[in-house]
Amino acid sequence: MSNVPVDNGRRRFLTAATSVVGGVGVVGWAVPFIGSWNPSERAKAAGAPVEVNVGKIEKGQMIRAEWRGKPVYVVRRTEKMLAELPKVNDQLRDPNSEEAQQPSYATNIHRSIKPEFWVGLGVCTHLGCAPTYEKDTMEEHVKSLDNGFFCPCHGSTYDLSGRVFQGVPAPLNLMVPEHSFISDDTLLIGVGQGEA
Amino acid sequence: MFANFMAWIDKRLPVTDAWNKHLAQYPAPKNFNFWYIFGSLAILVLVNQLLTGIWLTMDYNPSGEGAFASIEYIMRDVDYGWLLRYMHSTGASAFFIVIYMHMFRGLLYGSYQKPRELLWVFGMLIFLALMAEAFMGYLLPWGNMSYWGAQVIISLFGAIPVIGDDLTLWIRGDYVISGATLNRFFALHVAAIPLVLVVLVFFHILALHEVGSNNPEGTTIKKPKGSVPEEEQSKFKFHKNYTDKYDIVDSVPFHPYYSVKDIMYVVGFIFIFCWVMFFHPDGGGYFMEAPNFTPANGLKTPEHIAPVWYFGPFYTILRIIPSKGIGAIAMFSAIIVLFLLPWFDRGVVKSLRYRSKLHTFNLIQFAISFIVLGVLGTKPPSPMNNMIGIIAAFGYFGFFVALWFYSKNEKTKPVPERVSG
Amino acid sequence: MKKLIITLVAALILTPSLAFANSGAHLEHAGNDLTDKASLQRGFKAFIDNCLGCHQLQYQRYNRTFKDLGISDADGLKNWMYTGEKVGDHITNTMPKAQAAKWFGSTPPDLTLEARLRSPDWIYTYLRSFYVDPDRPFGVNNTVFKDVGMPHVLQHLQGIRTKDEHGNLSPATGGSMTEEEYDSFVRDITNFLEYTAEPSKLERQRIGYWVLGYLFILFIFAYFLKKEYWKDCH
Repeated sequence: MSNVPVDNGRRRFLTAATSVVGGVGVVGWAVPFIGSWNPSERAKAAGAPVEVNVGKIEKGQMIRAEWRGKPVYVVRRTEKMLAELPKVNDQLRDPNSEEAQQPSYATNIHRSIKPEFWVGLGVCTHLGCAPTYEKDTMEEHVKSLDNGFFCPCHGSTYDLSGRVFQGVPAPLNLMVPEHSFISDDTLLIGVGQGEA
Repeated sequence: MFANFMAWIDKRLPVTDAWNKHLAQYPAPKNFNFWYIFGSLAILVLVNQLLTGIWLTMDYNPSGEGAFASIEYIMRDVDYGWLLRYMHSTGASAFFIVIYMHMFRGLLYGSYQKPRELLWVFGMLIFLALMAEAFMGYLLPWGNMSYWGAQVIISLFGAIPVIGDDLTLWIRGDYVISGATLNRFFALHVAAIPLVLVVLVFFHILALHEVGSNNPEGTTIKKPKGSVPEEEQSKFKFHKNYTDKYDIVDSVPFHPYYSVKDIMYVVGFIFIFCWVMFFHPDGGGYFMEAPNFTPANGLKTPEHIAPVWYFGPFYTILRIIPSKGIGAIAMFSAIIVLFLLPWFDRGVVKSLRYRSKLHTFNLIQFAISFIVLGVLGTKPPSPMNNMIGIIAAFGYFGFFVALWFYSKNEKTKPVPERVSG
Repeated sequence: MKKLIITLVAALILTPSLAFANSGAHLEHAGNDLTDKASLQRGFKAFIDNCLGCHQLQYQRYNRTFKDLGISDADGLKNWMYTGEKVGDHITNTMPKAQAAKWFGSTPPDLTLEARLRSPDWIYTYLRSFYVDPDRPFGVNNTVFKDVGMPHVLQHLQGIRTKDEHGNLSPATGGSMTEEEYDSFVRDITNFLEYTAEPSKLERQRIGYWVLGYLFILFIFAYFLKKEYWKDCH
């Protein structure tokens, strides 16, 4: 047993200092555990960009591609379809694409690079169902509109630029992914314009 | 505020009392030396294996077709997967180094003697469970050494008369080691045996706290109540669970004194562990064996099959006997004699500091024999190696036999009443 | 106590020398440098040109290789890969396994982990130790790997070696490379294969230095903390 008086101040300091230094170590130790939950190289490889040949799509036709496990709709819009777009502007939640649901080059009214081709995710922004392509049959759901997308799960409606209507459960326009044309006929989904 | 919160909890679950009884007012001998760190280190390594093991399970594929590739997936495609893998593989070898040192401490200071026989038995049960856990874990990477190592050890069970062949078929779940074996070993390794280990460790510590720790002098810190004069009483407060029955001497509360000392040693251990893990994870070919970097192949035996280094001593004992059945019996006996150590030692003096020169010699030769047996286990068989192995095996078993004989009337030195200094 | 520890440590060090088994040819030291990216790139190229036809690197992805060797994805796609493959793909070939087993006696093994299975020195010595042996199907044998099923793919570069009655190999003759050039060529391939066996090796060592440095500092704090509290006890 010692007769030296206890220096509580020194004890507190050393305890605090060691705890702080030790705490740094604990954080460092946690890094591999937390980090290992990030998407792995395998997940990232599966999410690689997808090439789609759009030259064979007929006017007015829609094809489905897959990118990162999600359906991507590619619609080859006719002149008539494009003409419908401005007519419904005042019925839409976000006619000018102000919400961040598209890359900067798709904030125009046709929400795409080329007006002719619309590229968007077939994932309803309400709860994720795949909307159906309504070619000439959209009138059932939205008066005075011939073409659009209709989600069968809870009735949300979108125009052919994927812009969502007011009064439906879906809050946002359909998402437009980064995409670019690497040739006139070849669409690359997942890589934006200006990226190599 | 904290006091109020704890009062609410304590009325419903005695947390503060448990904290005092097992940590802040638990009497631990004040003279613990280097050999006494290995119990705490064992808990540290156990926690490491549990956490890294769970994390590896998130990306591992326990099928015969996918297992090997999933290890490479973890090593290459998962962020920091390689680090988690090395923490687990280095941890496995570290576990056995720590456990062997921990057991040797018991031998040095007679920590297995009355009243700690049950404590020792729990420890041996943990050792058995640990060996099973390590054996099954090694099959999981599904490398060629994994496959053939398992093949050799499981076929040992075939040596049992009458039921042997059916037993090995039942263990494997197939006619050869296959995905069926792998999958069940995975379930046992990840879920069943870890549960068993944790429960056993809990009882091991409970049994320890019941009788109190031994110490390098082999003296007792629990003196009869009332026998210690006022001026020699400890200045520390110990829990009434102990002070009601005894006068406690030569002790310090585990917390903060051994918490703080353990932390220091733990940092030192982690330094050595990290030096190995970051710079020599292969362990010179002993922690991660080269033949395991190619997938399991039932048609191609590695040039030299050996179990992982920590099974070496027992593997050598198995191998030096030309008969499969008797070799297996010898190997199991090597573990059984360890269980029975408290009864082989008929002495009452605990620490080798106060025992005979003969006992010191016996302990040293036992340690050397054990190491020699271990090293031989990693080498291919040869007449020379066999001979050395037989000598070392005599040393191993001879330790217990000799101890039984001389411990009854051993020339011991008088054990002091108190720890000096 | 000290005597005990010294005896134990001595036993641990001395026993390995008691019994050793070292079968196989003497291996020469590869002397490759994993930090030499130029060497790794040459080795990668050599592998693609000479080995990939039969041997895969099925656990190694192209994009990981490009990143670690300092090749851009664009350059990689154009100059280092077969068409039709994506940068995220593993490095595989289209050799039919069953046929290969027939042609060579056994399927040419995947080489991703070969450097950990055998050692870099083994690969380095192996690729330089083919010699003429008319009894073998491809006319060559190898002092490092007896009766190997592989032909001497690099013969046009190294030339041929012969084995004398003492088991020594003659220097190579007739190849387009000098001995130094060929050794360097093989060193690059060995370097690349050591890399593919463990692509995270350099990162592991780099992090290791920082961790050990941190632990040293932490130990100093822990030491003084322990000393301070234990003043109470003596």
